Amino acid sequence: MTRDAVDPSVLELRGPPGFGRPLDGEALVSSDPFSPRYDLDRSTGLISRKGHAVEGHNLAGKILVIPAVKGGVAAGWAFYDLMRRGIAPAAILCRETNPVFVQGAVLAGIPILHRLEPDPVTSIRTGDRISVDPTSGRVVVSRFGG
Amino acid sequence: MAKTDLRLTVEEDAMLAGEQGELVQWAIRMQVDVGRFFGADRLVPVTSAHMVGDMEVMGEPGLALLQKIAHGAARFRVPMTTNARCVDFAAAERLLQDPGMVCKEKELIAAIRTIGAIQTDTCINYQSVYQPHFGEHVAWGDTGTVIYANSVLGARSNFESGPAAFAAGITGRTPRYGFHVPEQRRGTVLVELSAELEDLADWGALGAVVGRQCNDYWQVPVIDGAKPGSVTSDRMKHLGASLASYGSLAMFHMVGVTPEAASVDAAFAGREPKQTIKVDDAAIADVYASYPADRDEIDLVVLTGPQLSLFEIKLVAELLDGRSVHGNTRFIITTNQMNHAAATALGYVPAIERAGGMVLVGVCFYLMGADVMRERFGWRNVLTNSAKLANIIGGYRYHPIFRRTRDCVEAAVAGRLQS
Repeated sequence: MTRDAVDPSVLELRGPPGFGRPLDGEALVSSDPFSPRYDLDRSTGLISRKGHAVEGHNLAGKILVIPAVKGGVAAGWAFYDLMRRGIAPAAILCRETNPVFVQGAVLAGIPILHRLEPDPVTSIRTGDRISVDPTSGRVVVSRFGG
Repeated sequence: MAKTDLRLTVEEDAMLAGEQGELVQWAIRMQVDVGRFFGADRLVPVTSAHMVGDMEVMGEPGLALLQKIAHGAARFRVPMTTNARCVDFAAAERLLQDPGMVCKEKELIAAIRTIGAIQTDTCINYQSVYQPHFGEHVAWGDTGTVIYANSVLGARSNFESGPAAFAAGITGRTPRYGFHVPEQRRGTVLVELSAELEDLADWGALGAVVGRQCNDYWQVPVIDGAKPGSVTSDRMKHLGASLASYGSLAMFHMVGVTPEAASVDAAFAGREPKQTIKVDDAAIADVYASYPADRDEIDLVVLTGPQLSLFEIKLVAELLDGRSVHGNTRFIITTNQMNHAAATALGYVPAIERAGGMVLVGVCFYLMGADVMRERFGWRNVLTNSAKLANIIGGYRYHPIFRRTRDCVEAAVAGRLQS
């Protein structure tokens, strides 16, 4: 793994430029794809779908890390709804995404990146502090006492 | 990276600078952001937009945003049609729909009509309203409309969700990436079809088999083996809706049928298939088996998702053949106002209503507050010929049973599934 090769406490991921402003936050990593319509209690921000990899976690204010997105066009409005009610994720990192998800993130002003190397889903852990810079497509993971 | 290399025309630069007003600036700003994200090189003019905006996913903030926009001066500059909605006002009381939702729906409709939308309330605009020609760029929202436009008509669209289709309607453009670009339209996955497909539901089942194994917007299945003469608009409609629902797919090719697939080689255009999916009769039977009956008695039979064509409504009336729907079972079909008017004049709607069936206009069943209706009527299971509805309705805690059209109508009459 890259993170072990140089410095076990710092890891950098790179990808194409994403959308949004730079920010720092705490990661919530899901090994399952995510749909804001079917996996989420949209009144609280809790991941509510039974058997989902991060069932019971709350995505409000977190940097959501997911392998892929699912669902139809619902995500286009859903993030704006979450943002206005103060329970949106702070940012989203996807292995792969689709237009609807990005349209929804852009409407809501939620930073989003995709196609990062190494794979964010396997190299970032829930609870990691991460810095996201969408303009340069850079994500830095700091893991103190890992 | 070439990602930020999105070039705008002089007029688009002016729009982005706010010279055509705040709303136009806001809309093109979103399009530029999305376009840059996906590496678009420019915006392309679109001839129409199709908008999904159901209250269930928009929520109050989405409605408030549209109402604010309606108070401004900007209006859609290309025809904007609307997708299936949540309420058929003539049936809302009979279906015990939440009055609060009905009221919000009226406010939403008023706002988008003020901005200039053509209120079609249909997810089958490509059958009833407008068929874009080969190579025509559009900005359509509902996934079923997009996959039909791309695949069957050879038109060009990405999934444009509510706000994105809205922005396209305001600017008359959309970012050129994804399925607007010829390279993205080439096949990636080969589907070897040997199954005999007859009923509409069989075509939906094909979509389920492929979509379950190929769940990625950027993949394009190439279906080889469809029998000449076996394919109709309604069959492609069910196939496409199902592929989009199970696989988030926006395009397929069908060799010898769709316009960019004169041959397997033409559909792949030099690419090697990264995966081969074989679909035989057993694979189709497995889809039906994956939605088994929880018991013989059927609470609800729903034909929807996509809305029914005139031909499908006629078929339902013929299958009922003068018989009545069972007293313990509800039978609901959905269509748009155009087909409803024609089917009423032709006697199909009166025949279905005489039998005790409900023909709903401008809606799709799962958008109607399906969980609330389930509780109020005590429904537990739902029988459908729509693979898409079977996929979605479990999320509203119905037990979905997926069968062929004739089996659905027979069960509505008998009140139970015939074995």
